Amino acid sequence: MDKPVFVYVTYIATTPEKLWQALTDGAFTQQYWAGIRLDSTWAPGASVTFRMGDEIYNTGAVLAYEPHRRLSYSWKVEIHEVFRRERPSRVTFEIEPMGSEVKLTMTHDDFDPDSKVLGAVSNGWPMVLASLKSFLEIGHGLAVSSPEAAKRTKEKVIADAQATAS
Amino acid sequence: MSKPDFVPKTVYVIYIAASAEQVWTALTSAEFTRQYFFGRSLEMEAKVGGTFILRMPDGRVDVQGNVAEYDPPRRLSVTWRVMWNEDMRKLPECLVTYQIDPLGDAVRLTMTEAHQWDVPDQILAGGRQGWPVILSSLKSLLETGKPIVIKMEPPKDMLEAIKKRS
Repeated sequence: MDKPVFVYVTYIATTPEKLWQALTDGAFTQQYWAGIRLDSTWAPGASVTFRMGDEIYNTGAVLAYEPHRRLSYSWKVEIHEVFRRERPSRVTFEIEPMGSEVKLTMTHDDFDPDSKVLGAVSNGWPMVLASLKSFLEIGHGLAVSSPEAAKRTKEKVIADAQATAS
Repeated sequence: MSKPDFVPKTVYVIYIAASAEQVWTALTSAEFTRQYFFGRSLEMEAKVGGTFILRMPDGRVDVQGNVAEYDPPRRLSVTWRVMWNEDMRKLPECLVTYQIDPLGDAVRLTMTEAHQWDVPDQILAGGRQGWPVILSSLKSLLETGKPIVIKMEPPKDMLEAIKKRS
C-alpha cells in the first residue's frame, strides 16, 4: 500500500524571497496562519514552535533550511492527547520561480500508521495556503484562516479525531 | 442526473475571497475562463444535458462534454472528454464537478475529477498538474483582477501512456 501523503500545489504572484519570509518569520505567519506565530532560529535541528497566544499548537525541529528554495521541519501536534501520542510527521515546502510567479509545493508525509494528524491537516492546509496566497497578493489573509475560525476548527478537529480513534 | 459509476481520483480545494455568485460566473463564462483557463473559452448551454465546450484560442475544441448537474451558484457537474489529441479522444470521458460552499467572507471551491475506469497515474498526472494552475489563477483573478500566467506542456509520461493504450 502507498504511504499516506498530503500534497498541495499553488501558484502565487510573488517572489521566492517574499514567500520565504512569509513561511519563516513569525510576524508574517501570524497574519495568514490562523494567528499562529512560528518561532525558530532555523539552525539545523533547531526547535520550531507554533503558538497561538500562550498556547503551543505544534512543535518540531528544522530538517532543511535552504533559503528561497526548500524548508522542512518535523510536525508534532500538541493541542490534544489524541494527536500528541503520535510520533512527529514531516512538512516540506518547495519553492520554484516560474516567470513572474512562484510555484509552491507543500508535502506533508511520514505519518504514523492510522494517523489522526493526517485527517486534520488534509482539511487545514488548503485553508492556510489559500490564506497565504491572499496575504502575498492582496496584503491580508482570509477570515477562514483567522484566530477566531481556528478556535472553532480546533474543537471540531479534536472531536473528529477522537470519534475515529481506536 | 447522478453519475454513480464515476470514482473521484483528483480533488483540489481552494478558498477564494469572493461571493458564490462571483465564483459561479467565473466558472461559467468565457470572458473569465479565457483569462485563467490556459486561454480556453467556455461555451455552455445552461441546463442539464446541454453541451459544454472549452475552445482553444486557435479555435480548436480542447474539451467537450455535457452538463450533468446545474445548480447555480453552488454546483456544476459536466462530463469531460479531451479532444485536442487523437489518442485522448478515445479515452472514456470523465466527470468534473465544481462545488461552491460559502464560508463567511470567502467560499470554498472543491473541484473533483472522477473517472469510470482504472486510470493509470501517468494519465491522471495531466489534471493533477493543470488544476492547481487553473484554480490558483481563478483565485488571483477574482481577488486581484489579474490571473496567474504559467506556460505549461502536458506531462510527457501522460502522452506516452495514452498512446500506449489506444
